[in-house]
Amino acid sequence: MVSDHLSATFAALADPTRRAILSRLAAGEASVTELAEPFDMSLPAVTKHLKVLQRAGLISQSREAQWRPCRLEAKPMREAATWMEPYRRHWERRLDRLDDFLREVTVKGARNARKKK
Amino acid sequence: MSSHARSIKHDSFVIQRILNYDVAVLFRAWTDREAKARWFNGPHDKWTEQLREMDVRVGGRERVIGKFADGSESRFEALYFDIVPDRRLVYTYDMYFQGKKISVSLASVEFVALGKDNEKGSKLIVTEQHAFLDGYEDSGNHERGTLGLLDNPGVALAGGDTRLAKPS
Repeated sequence: MVSDHLSATFAALADPTRRAILSRLAAGEASVTELAEPFDMSLPAVTKHLKVLQRAGLISQSREAQWRPCRLEAKPMREAATWMEPYRRHWERRLDRLDDFLREVTVKGARNARKKK
Repeated sequence: MSSHARSIKHDSFVIQRILNYDVAVLFRAWTDREAKARWFNGPHDKWTEQLREMDVRVGGRERVIGKFADGSESRFEALYFDIVPDRRLVYTYDMYFQGKKISVSLASVEFVALGKDNEKGSKLIVTEQHAFLDGYEDSGNHERGTLGLLDNPGVALAGGDTRLAKPS
């Protein structure tokens, strides 16, 4: 459900360290050690933050390279931005309703057309 | 008086959506009063339409007024500037909440037929440019449905309007 994604996204963003990590990743991939560097905290503490970001889908960690770089994932951020723009959100839902409406009248129309035959 | 008094904030966005219908069917859904009333509305359990007027021609107006369960009123007032059947609509609109003007916007809607003879459905492109007045954009009223056109997912569409049906 979208709202659950959103809760996870906003919960993950509600922390200055995690936001700083995201800002760093916006500039490109980085290893866990590189990400930990600017912070005055232990590697396990940073790893914990990364796990929260990962669970929210905001970042992903590559399994390919030896140094397992982290990278930013755009989709949840985009969803969050959409949620915060009220008029856009209304439009998305309005267009959902338009689609529902057209589906209904089309199905009905097809049914009526069949009846006529 | 709040610091938002007399403030103005600008914003714009584009939404694209591919819908599995001919442009003519979509254009009809946007320009027929009864059809538009079925999707351009408020949540059916919380919002009651009080007035809907529609005159889709250059210089023509559209008005939708509704009341929420708590008694608050929303008003949408549009003025059409450009109409090309099955292609595009350009209109401006003002939004009011409890009689107070909260935004002035320019909306452009493009209907693009996809595939040969429209067989792949249509792309709808909605571009909106807004001027939000007096701090509306962060007034915290969004969740109450300030816009009067709040979300209504899975709306149960009652009635028997089949005029928009695709010829089969």
